Amino acid sequence: MKRFRFNQQEIVFAVFALLFLVFSIFLNGFLTAENMLTLLQNVAVLGILGLAMAIVVIGRGIDISLIAALAVPPGLVLQMVQNGHSLPLSLLTAVLITIAFGLVNGWLIAYAEVPSLFATLATGLLLAGLGQAALFQLDVVQWSSGMNGFERLGQGTILGIPTSIVMFAIACIVVAVLLRQTRWGAYIYAIGDNPYAARVTGIPSRPIIVLQYVVAALIGCFAGLVMAASVNSMPTRVFNSTLIYDVILVVVLGGIGLSGGRGGVLNVIIGTLLIGTMLNGMTIMDISYAGQNLIKGVVLLLAVITDSFLNPRNEETAQQGDI
Amino acid sequence: MNHPTKAAVAALALAALTGPALAQQGLDEPFQKPFKEALAGKTVAYVPVAMNFDLTEGWYAGLKKELEPYGVKFVIRDANWNTNAGAQAVTSLITEKPAVMVVHNPDVQTYAKLLQRAENEGIYVIQINMGSAYRSSAFVGANWVEIGERQTEGVVKACEGKSNKIAIIQGALSAAASAYTLKGVENVLAKHPEIKVVSSQAADWDAAKAKAITQTVLKQNPDLCGIVGFWDGMDIGTAAAVKEAGLTGKVFLATSGGGERKGACELVKSGAFDLDMSYDVPTQAAQMAGTIKWLLSSGAKPGSIKGSEYTTLIPITKENADSQTSCWNLSDLKK
Repeated sequence: MKRFRFNQQEIVFAVFALLFLVFSIFLNGFLTAENMLTLLQNVAVLGILGLAMAIVVIGRGIDISLIAALAVPPGLVLQMVQNGHSLPLSLLTAVLITIAFGLVNGWLIAYAEVPSLFATLATGLLLAGLGQAALFQLDVVQWSSGMNGFERLGQGTILGIPTSIVMFAIACIVVAVLLRQTRWGAYIYAIGDNPYAARVTGIPSRPIIVLQYVVAALIGCFAGLVMAASVNSMPTRVFNSTLIYDVILVVVLGGIGLSGGRGGVLNVIIGTLLIGTMLNGMTIMDISYAGQNLIKGVVLLLAVITDSFLNPRNEETAQQGDI
Repeated sequence: MNHPTKAAVAALALAALTGPALAQQGLDEPFQKPFKEALAGKTVAYVPVAMNFDLTEGWYAGLKKELEPYGVKFVIRDANWNTNAGAQAVTSLITEKPAVMVVHNPDVQTYAKLLQRAENEGIYVIQINMGSAYRSSAFVGANWVEIGERQTEGVVKACEGKSNKIAIIQGALSAAASAYTLKGVENVLAKHPEIKVVSSQAADWDAAKAKAITQTVLKQNPDLCGIVGFWDGMDIGTAAAVKEAGLTGKVFLATSGGGERKGACELVKSGAFDLDMSYDVPTQAAQMAGTIKWLLSSGAKPGSIKGSEYTTLIPITKENADSQTSCWNLSDLKK
């Protein structure tokens, strides 16, 4: 098994390197330091979301509600500040809502044993609907003067590096430490590899599953704050977009098996780089929207096929509703 | 005074009182009663592509403000960006038979046949801002081709003596508004062969996508002199990219929208947008309400008369962004 995993990473990295090489040679202005930073900046939010998804997927789940966590709590921050509340209070409220949301997800999946795909599909709709019906006046929540200073989370540079890239890097380090240096991280891998064996060996699997979804929701909320700061508004309608597929694309493309227990932060970074290179190259070439979707679709399909060959479902532990 | 005299005085007094009163009696205006009767208890169905954004909320608030005092009832069918849901809503409304349907089309084709059926069934159909292939009793809305032309003229003018390189940030490819605006852009560019379009991409009405595209384009073409954006709600992202590249004021950004204060005037004032072509939502709402009053009181057979009311655009620039009348507040309209 270990040998296979290495192979998939190698394939994806080779594709990335090839694409990068071809673009560098044939595309004017691709291989410049500035364009490289833009490339990374454009996919930083996607990368942060990829980290959240990775945690859940490694634990043999999936979180379709991530985009709701990205849109609603940060949108609420902007809305509350617009209505005259203070920024710290608004942030605190958003974080508490995010934690509550993660707890609901985790409880449904770990204790009520609803398959993660359906549970998060429903809770995501619920949270997005709640936001639209009760929290926001308009779909696009505008920046207000009370938020001044906060835009530095997504704009400007730190030591010459665009802030959103720095945020992605910080998120990478935090998640890498969680997954590789803590006992909780080891438990997540164990549960993802074989949930029954994990339970038999005495791992508190249900609380750990709840933890995964809480952490994922919090990372989603963080990604949303970076995004809002970067475009000076929160387009909460992003929930209706195809962003969640891009996130899954990053994770699967990077080589994190959807059957759980494999992969890590490095895979997310590779997946993000490949998507970033593709998007950037296609924008420079001015490829039409339909053409871009076609190319992305084909790449996702290839990635999923490769994944199912290299990480086949474990027939002993697979459940109906698993992905 | 004896009794007959008393009576005579009383009669005189009475005559003195009633005589002028008779002369001052009001004249009944013959048309107001039928007008009130034509409106009272009628239902207006409102089918926007989605609620919760400045345009559709503004139209709805404006319609209610004008028509509810006359006893007009409203039903609202929120398609929530789902074309199928919208088509179903229109279909079920045809059987519910409201007096008027106010329809905001997601594209040119989907509702066209349904709207024709609705008018055959005796429902007035008013199409707003985005029309369909079927011409109904009334169209109230922006002329997207004109918007594209005037935005591009602004950009071309700003580019004089500069690099002549421009970028176009389109909306969603399936939306008629986006395609019509693009036509307007092409009309002007055909007259200006010196202008070079370095990028023309769809950002799906999404601010984050618009920002990503603009960042890449600006890195490739730092001497870009102008950008034609298709909606101010999306071009917040375009403007953020221009600002981050330190090119605010050097790249002329033209966009369009409904003219809501926070989304339009404030952003023009801050320098994010250089030109925002506004189709002034409250005026549009008032025109819709006027059309509904006229149609209901005319008694004309639905579909027998057809007309258009294209919105007179307000170009918002630094000069008029401060004026009270250039923009509007949603909260005021809802009062």
